Amino acid sequence: MTKSQKKLWIGLFILALLTPLGVILPEKFKAGAAWGEWGPEELEKLLGYVPEGLKRWADLWKAPVPDYNLGGEGASLTVQVLSYIVSGLIGILAVGLVIFVISKVLVRNEK
Amino acid sequence: MHIPDGYLSPQTYVPLYGVSLVFWSVALKKINKELSIKHIPYLAMSAAFSFLIMMFNVPIPGGTTGHAVGAGIIAILLGPWTAVIAVSVSLIIQAIVFGDGGITAIGANCFNMAVVMPFVSYWVFRLIKGNADGGARLSIAAFLSGYVSLSVAAAVTGIEFGIQPILAATPDGRPLYAPYPLSVALPAMALEHLLLFGIVEGIVTVLLFRYFAKNEPGLVYSLTVKEA
Repeated sequence: MTKSQKKLWIGLFILALLTPLGVILPEKFKAGAAWGEWGPEELEKLLGYVPEGLKRWADLWKAPVPDYNLGGEGASLTVQVLSYIVSGLIGILAVGLVIFVISKVLVRNEK
Repeated sequence: MHIPDGYLSPQTYVPLYGVSLVFWSVALKKINKELSIKHIPYLAMSAAFSFLIMMFNVPIPGGTTGHAVGAGIIAILLGPWTAVIAVSVSLIIQAIVFGDGGITAIGANCFNMAVVMPFVSYWVFRLIKGNADGGARLSIAAFLSGYVSLSVAAAVTGIEFGIQPILAATPDGRPLYAPYPLSVALPAMALEHLLLFGIVEGIVTVLLFRYFAKNEPGLVYSLTVKEA
């Protein structure tokens, strides 16, 4: 690894440590979900009903760490903050692993 | 901008899976042919960067949140085809591991953020850069490529949301999937990105561009590649 790459990796780790800002700031400014990313309960409030197809498919997938939150619904801000950092680190590892595998496969194809 | 499961009808998400598949296969071929081993760490770092930057939810006080995607700067630094793979990998992990964006919507989300966005960014950068080799013009080009590309990606997402009530409704006229019509979804998605999140993306893009142009100019794809 070159010196400048090392610097960039360190930058990414610092970025991972800062990700809780993505929870804290919306909480502080009372901002809700992103537009078009409401859960069925929020849609019920917005529309008075939940579209049928949406209701059927909304829970298609049970993600291991939903919403980058390890504490489940009702987790305290502290748990969410820690979850975010852990999620950021998991994210770095996971994408790194996938890119590593892709590059291995491509390199093998070259031969 | 991560469309969840249940918001898009199959008539929308199946074709968008198809389009994204085409772009993924072409992108992998291009990477195989053009990218050298020394670029692989940068591919990994840019995927990680995109993953992380999307976690920084920026609030509209009392309203919604949004975030930068990072696809703008990745396209300028590593080229649009490499950005397709970097951002797609990040989006797929977000969907599978963190439930951010639906499984059925992976094709659509990758099309919006990992296909439309990098290519728009790259074209805007090349267009504004012209023959300039440095100076303020490059910074303006970098800012606008981030700003415009995120806004266009958001508008495309808004269109995908907005056509759902036309595509699928119950017999009594209720939408089956994303409920808001085009006249609501498109302006909502476009405006919040034009007014706030796009500016964040533009600032991220110009700051990183200046860093790399100064420290690693040889790496910057859009400055070294001579094709039009």
